Amino acid sequence: MISKSSNILLELDWVLIFLYLILVFAGWFSIYAVDFSSEASSLINLSTYYGKQLVWIGFSLVIIVLILSIEASFYERFSSIFYMLSLLLLVGLFIFGRTINGQTAWYSFGGFSFQPSELVKVTTALAVSKILSDNLFDIKKFKDFKNVLIVLFIPFILILLQPDVGSAIIYFAFVFVLLREGLSIQLFTSLFTMALLFVITIKFGISKTLISTSLLIILVLYYASKRQKLFFRKNWPYVISIFLGMLLLIFGSSILHKKVLKPHHKDRLALWLRMENDSKKIKSLKRTYGYNNDQAVKTIASGGLTGKGFLEGDRTNGKFVPEQHTDYIFSTIGEEFGFFGSGIIVLLFVLLILRLIYKAEEQKSKFSRIYGYSVASIIFVHFTINIGMVLDLLPTVGIPLPFFSYGGSSLWGFTILLFIFIKLDANRSNEW
Amino acid sequence: MRNNGYILVFFTIFSGVFFLGRLYYLQIIDDSFRSNPLNNAAVSAKYDYPKRGYIYDRNNKLLVANQTSYDVMVIPREVAIIDTLEFCKILSISKKTFKKRLKKARVYSPRLASIFVEQLSKSDYAILQEKMFRYKGFYIQKRMLRNYPYNSAANVLGYISQVNEYIARNNSYYQSGELIGYQGVEKQYEDYLRGVKGVKYVRKNIHNKEIGSFKDGKYDTLAVPGKDIQLTLDIVLQQYGEWLLENKRGGIVALEPATGEILALVTAPSYNPNLMVGRDRSKNFNKFYLDTINKPLYDRSLKGEYSPGSTFKMLNGLIALQEGVITPQSTTRCYHGHRYGTREKAFMGCHCNTNGRPLKLEEAIYKSCNTYFSYSYRKSIEKYATAAEGIDNWSKQVKKFGLGNYLGYDLPVGQKGLIPDAEYYNRYYPMKNWKAVTTISNAIGQGEILTTPIQLANMTSAVANKGFFITPHIVKKINNKAIDNPNYIIPKNTDIDSIYFEPVINGMQKVFEQKGGTAYYSQVEGLEMCGKTGTVQNFIRVAGEKIELSDHSIFIAFAPKVNPKIAIAVFVENGGYGSTVAAPIASLMIEKYINKDIKIKWRETNVHDINLYEREYDKILELQSKK
Repeated sequence: MISKSSNILLELDWVLIFLYLILVFAGWFSIYAVDFSSEASSLINLSTYYGKQLVWIGFSLVIIVLILSIEASFYERFSSIFYMLSLLLLVGLFIFGRTINGQTAWYSFGGFSFQPSELVKVTTALAVSKILSDNLFDIKKFKDFKNVLIVLFIPFILILLQPDVGSAIIYFAFVFVLLREGLSIQLFTSLFTMALLFVITIKFGISKTLISTSLLIILVLYYASKRQKLFFRKNWPYVISIFLGMLLLIFGSSILHKKVLKPHHKDRLALWLRMENDSKKIKSLKRTYGYNNDQAVKTIASGGLTGKGFLEGDRTNGKFVPEQHTDYIFSTIGEEFGFFGSGIIVLLFVLLILRLIYKAEEQKSKFSRIYGYSVASIIFVHFTINIGMVLDLLPTVGIPLPFFSYGGSSLWGFTILLFIFIKLDANRSNEW
Repeated sequence: MRNNGYILVFFTIFSGVFFLGRLYYLQIIDDSFRSNPLNNAAVSAKYDYPKRGYIYDRNNKLLVANQTSYDVMVIPREVAIIDTLEFCKILSISKKTFKKRLKKARVYSPRLASIFVEQLSKSDYAILQEKMFRYKGFYIQKRMLRNYPYNSAANVLGYISQVNEYIARNNSYYQSGELIGYQGVEKQYEDYLRGVKGVKYVRKNIHNKEIGSFKDGKYDTLAVPGKDIQLTLDIVLQQYGEWLLENKRGGIVALEPATGEILALVTAPSYNPNLMVGRDRSKNFNKFYLDTINKPLYDRSLKGEYSPGSTFKMLNGLIALQEGVITPQSTTRCYHGHRYGTREKAFMGCHCNTNGRPLKLEEAIYKSCNTYFSYSYRKSIEKYATAAEGIDNWSKQVKKFGLGNYLGYDLPVGQKGLIPDAEYYNRYYPMKNWKAVTTISNAIGQGEILTTPIQLANMTSAVANKGFFITPHIVKKINNKAIDNPNYIIPKNTDIDSIYFEPVINGMQKVFEQKGGTAYYSQVEGLEMCGKTGTVQNFIRVAGEKIELSDHSIFIAFAPKVNPKIAIAVFVENGGYGSTVAAPIASLMIEKYINKDIKIKWRETNVHDINLYEREYDKILELQSKK
């Protein structure tokens, strides 16, 4: 055991901490820009979003100190208990929860409310890491694998029942973790291909999809048989079943789209895949489902190369974008700081996620590695879905941008998520 | 990195690159979001409304002019008034009204301007303009109103009013509260009359004060004034027609046969166009709209579909001549009517009183003999192997006179009328067992045939021209340039050779000039007029019982006989015989137009004094209310 130093401050990964601080404060300035008005003057004004957010940030610093001061093994040892307790919080919502916008996702005390699903992400990540890091665990055995599935499935369902689709979708992030830990990639690729085929069939129609995918399969076969002479003769049942499965999928997708989906689902799909040609229909869709995304895109586009300047964004000042302080916070950066500003934020997130993956791979302890990987995956899914939605590349899904969006629960949740990993990482020289 | 760990790395980089690409596209490549100044929230558009085009009559008399008015507009989202009470006082509205209107504007749109107070007085405007900057969210909009120096021709001119919500949503030119032409020439020639509004983009500071133009006026446009329009209408004749039809229901259409220009288009009852201007417009409009008995907004001259009655006989005469089944010398005998079938009811009466004396075409016309035209009609149908072929040929000939379909004139309302053909009868007689005599009513313009007054006037014009007409139209010049729409310039030919018109026109002349002619008492000394009366039976159903009302009175005429200057159709609901009301009106209109003056004054007062409300319409109302 080689101890570099007993001073924890030197052990911390300051790259991650700096990225965290930059994102949190960039987020706070964005919230300030959304909520700013010439009349209110005090920064810590609890009637404003930015005032409250400043308080949440203050509390986060306290939480960080607490997390860093607790012994690292504590998180692994008590992960099951945290998980159970957090599930109790989710269940308790159905009794004590407060309903906001049709979602029973909040506890509220006095003027403040708390969203447990933000915390459950952390405890689930801990629980999954605990299970996967067991030396006897074999992901290839269904008996073991099902335990992970159950751990993921319970919070997923509880959150879906609130109903908060956005927060539930996050649990798909763990697919990346499972893949990293040896889940067969075939399963992943086939699921991914199926989803892709569904979308392509709807967008381009049966005939085009059929022709192009058949060509692709023939091309692959051609090269395969060039390299291995008897490839087709050896593998023909496999190839044929792939082809039949593909046929089934393409026709199934088309039937699902035409017969099963309701008109409003179809409208959303059509808007998302840019399939609607009737300009009047597009207009009316953009006034209803597409309204938020449409306003966000216009706001971002109006920023241009360098943006209009801090607090000068007139669409932000004019409150054109609904939910701009929470889910659509990125549009503020887009308008006021333009391509430079928003590009930098995107790069910072990419950097953060890559740094997390890099640090996770560095871990000696399996638990720390898997946990680090979970953190990276969760932040990745949030980042992709949120910004994808704000840029009108994905349909509207209510999910916050990590560290950026207004909200104590979300900020604290991500802070705890990240800093537990930073603590685990700082402790890695003590592991063996 | 082993075990599929690269998947997340790949996806992360992919997302990052994709997002940067999308941002690059939105913020740098695609200019559509940034080029529209209105996407900039602190920029607002100020519109400069051009002068709406004036409308003149054919003799350059000003029919429609403009007057300026000032409206207070509101943008609800920006409203922040410190002293509401003072504001209400200046506008002389109550605080309750203030709240109500603000709420209504917010319901329409919190971000778009709506009218708050319409048409300020000049003095209110002067006071308010000084203080306007204090009332955030309000501004004053200059606006043009219409003004009608002659209180007539409302049905022709139409009116302007605020665009309705449907237009504001679907036509990008118009914004809520802007004006658009409704009905008549104002509607039909809206694009010419309105011009193009100018737009000035101005930047405003947070206190709603303008702080300068947006990007040095790069996107601003100048207003283009509306074009003046000269109508074919003769306002003197129009007003005279309206005066003659007072206390009657009906229509008069006068055309210039050589050009198809509409000289007068009278409908009665109508309204004073000045009532459709200003603050009382909507109140008056509702009053007219809800008057379902008199229907002042209903243009009878364009939309009223009636049987043409005996005025249609000339057409049947012409077709029979063209088909060669009669000659001008052919004769028929009439014994107070004739029997056209074996059934007891198959008898058509006649009032020509020739008592079996042989009757030629000319006399048949001026005495309006039913028998003569029934025979000639039957002959021209029965010339063909089947009744269906015969009717189709007849129908085709009739339609060549502009009947049975929209005429294509440049006014926004109209009706097709109805000229039946073989298909039409086959629908009613599925066994196809109908014959020429089944349709015998067509011979005398009753039965299934329907025409509008303007179609009848156009038919008369085609007769006056001996075989062609030019589609009637109301606009003569736009911006002092004669219209060049070929539809209103190129003549449309009928299938009747011009030689066959001679005997028919002679007969029409004798309607006025021969003793025993149906309009003998309406002739004017020194004017060679040609005409034809029509008397149309009509019924109403009251509690399932068919009750016959007084006949509709119809008259068509043109004059002078050589080189005709005016063709006219007059229609008076329940006026009685064609000769009693419609004929004198037509004769007076012609005299007024050609001679500019009426020689025998008592004739005009006699006609004007006929009050059909007392004599007929009130009785009909009574009958209807009995059920």
